[in-house]
Amino acid sequence: MNRRDTFKTLFIGAVAGATISTTTGCKDETAVGKGITELPLYGRTPKEIEHDNKIMGEQYLNEHELATVAILCDIILPATTTAGSATDAEVPAFIEFMVKDLPDNQLPLRGGLMWLDREANQRFDIIFKDLTNSQQIEIIDDIAYPDPDNKKPEMAHGIKFFDLIRGLTVTGYYTSKIGMKDLGYVGNIPNVWDGVPDDVLKKHGMKYEAEWLAKCVDQSQRNVIAEWDEAGNLIT
Amino acid sequence: MQIIKSSKVYDAIIVGSGAGGGMAANQLANQGLKVALVEAGPFFDPKDPATKTQMKWAYESPRRGASTKRAFGDFDMSYGDWEVDGEPYTKKEGTEFMWWRSRMLGGRTNHWGRISLRFGPDDFKHKDIDGLGENWPISYDDVKPYYDKLDKMIGVFGSNEGRRNDPDGFFLPAPKPRLHELYYINAARKTGVDVIPSRLSILTKKLNNDRGVCFYCAQCNRSCGIYADFSSGSCLIFPAMANGGQIDLYNDCMVRSVTTDSEGKATGVSYIKKKDRREYQMKGKVVVLGASACSTARILMNSKSKQHPNGLGNSSDHVGRYLHDSTGAGRGAFVPALMNRKTYNEDGVGGLHVYSPWWLDNKKLDFPRGYHIEIWGGMGMPSYGFGWAADEMNKHIEGQVGGYGDKLRDDVKRFYGSYIGMAGRGESLAKYENRCTIDPNVVDQFGIPVLQFDYKWSDNERLQAKHMHDTFEEIIHNLGGIALGDKPGKDKDYGLLAPGQIIHEVGTTRMGDDPKTSVTNKFSQLHDAKNVFVVDAGVFTSQADKNCTWTILALAMRTSEYIAGELKKMNL
Repeated sequence: MNRRDTFKTLFIGAVAGATISTTTGCKDETAVGKGITELPLYGRTPKEIEHDNKIMGEQYLNEHELATVAILCDIILPATTTAGSATDAEVPAFIEFMVKDLPDNQLPLRGGLMWLDREANQRFDIIFKDLTNSQQIEIIDDIAYPDPDNKKPEMAHGIKFFDLIRGLTVTGYYTSKIGMKDLGYVGNIPNVWDGVPDDVLKKHGMKYEAEWLAKCVDQSQRNVIAEWDEAGNLIT
Repeated sequence: MQIIKSSKVYDAIIVGSGAGGGMAANQLANQGLKVALVEAGPFFDPKDPATKTQMKWAYESPRRGASTKRAFGDFDMSYGDWEVDGEPYTKKEGTEFMWWRSRMLGGRTNHWGRISLRFGPDDFKHKDIDGLGENWPISYDDVKPYYDKLDKMIGVFGSNEGRRNDPDGFFLPAPKPRLHELYYINAARKTGVDVIPSRLSILTKKLNNDRGVCFYCAQCNRSCGIYADFSSGSCLIFPAMANGGQIDLYNDCMVRSVTTDSEGKATGVSYIKKKDRREYQMKGKVVVLGASACSTARILMNSKSKQHPNGLGNSSDHVGRYLHDSTGAGRGAFVPALMNRKTYNEDGVGGLHVYSPWWLDNKKLDFPRGYHIEIWGGMGMPSYGFGWAADEMNKHIEGQVGGYGDKLRDDVKRFYGSYIGMAGRGESLAKYENRCTIDPNVVDQFGIPVLQFDYKWSDNERLQAKHMHDTFEEIIHNLGGIALGDKPGKDKDYGLLAPGQIIHEVGTTRMGDDPKTSVTNKFSQLHDAKNVFVVDAGVFTSQADKNCTWTILALAMRTSEYIAGELKKMNL
């Protein structure tokens, strides 16, 4: 069996019995998905494939927790007129994967979600997920900003938790296809770098000096084989 | 279980397939010699789609490139990092050392930064200048012809600047600076810090018909599938094999020791085949060690015999001594002028387009030896960790930290590409006391005794790191930036990184004319066994304020030429 066949076998094993993640518009518990269940080839060693498959075969967050995470993700990064929401970008599945990959985040996340439900119960006699949107926002507004002077000591643990879920959400979102598009990242494609665009140079009051440019590549000659004179001057 | 012995006799057995081993394999095979290349890790070819990480998107990794499984992130092309499963190393109490090992064909050349700096005339004779350390037994003029050949054979971009101790060469043209690098150029000049195009072994222009030209994906650390950057496999081993060279690859084979005869000459190597965990021996007329400075020292110290009771090449007790790494310290900054950027593709090459070579005279400073500055920044591909604390920058511009929704989205975009960072990489002084030895109590999973490190920085290095941080702050001020985090004070060794952490470890089999105070002679040949050579950075008498790879390659080329000549003369 060659490498790829091994991968395929392991992969099918991991998928069997797992729900395929479908996370469009999911405030509904059953549609939130179970985390990442399918991976493209990304240059793994056999040991690394084993680790990925082990993680994909496990479930850490339960359905209730995942549903709450999904609500939080979309409060943190809701859809705009031009970009999808955090759940559109499948951030909850990413978070489910990450807390298994980096288990140090498991307890802070699980405990934080419980803290949030208790806070909701205290205020409205109902768990967070079932609150109205404006009730949810009322709580979030109390924990979404740092409190360096400790003016709201009763919110301290909530603030800590929100910082974690926001970090995971932002990083999960902007490393996704949807997020990179929203950010405007346009790299990772073969191209020919020929310097900062003129309008950008102008805006920043910068220019390329002739002396420096003379040392730089003439991209029209990039496919001509390099030759030098004896003094080390490039002559092609 | 008995040791399985092969009757085949190679002209040369090369241990390790990184920069030094790869160059030796290339040169010796091109001379028509029969070569065995023994590598502790698996076969690796940067163009193999099964192992390739180049051009993958962050989201193709379920952890978005996080460093859970690979210390430098999911896409970094190194099998093995600060730790290798089943192959520990230890540290003497109260000392520190970090040791990076890549177990794969090509070794660490698959992921390295490609910074390719020649040592200058002063770097080989620094004792003549400041009375410290030891001079090399060779000079820049001895190595220059090999640097010249290397530039043309492998390719390095840069510029001829006429700087005395940063010699000119045969450079490919440099890429134009990115926006943050233009900011750096202005600020560095204002600070009195020199700045020139960087020198990286990446093909910005066609070098030959076997290798592609850089397409600016910024991912050299993932190893280039079209061979537009230097790695030992793509530029040395595969071309030599394609050229009809007789190279037998022994992958997943871990060399335990060099075997010797009754006269103390090497007869070959003893190695463990990882797949069956059995010990084998092969024979060679010459043994060339390029396992990396510390692994080579380990093999030599583990090669004890009646003729070499203290380990092979170790009659001087100098194997493992004078271990030294580059110094390192770094600082990041937030640059308000770089907020709200228009986005465009500024990936560029894998690494810096400009750098600052050492620009000062140590006679006027409170520490010996210099450092260079590497620069990072720009609008790179987001990966795990991106945006985590973006909103925190608000505290520097009277905005509100924290929040969610559209405000958060705006924050992330506003601060994208507004960071710049500097990393100082300097020369430490080689010390007799800093060393690796064989740990008397610990073996690896193959029963091979492991290394114990015993390394401490001195005030030479601490004061250099202090100077780096002072310089960084000045440059950050001059580019209108806000330095991030606190400036590390004396209690934190001024931010000096741990020994080994820069991954430039050298000196463990240093070359010299006196067999009592050195391990190898000026041709990297063991004083104690004339058919054993070292082609890794172990032979460095001293490090410079440069990266070591280009000098490893040049010296390996020079040593290979010597080996081929001596073999022809039947001198080995």
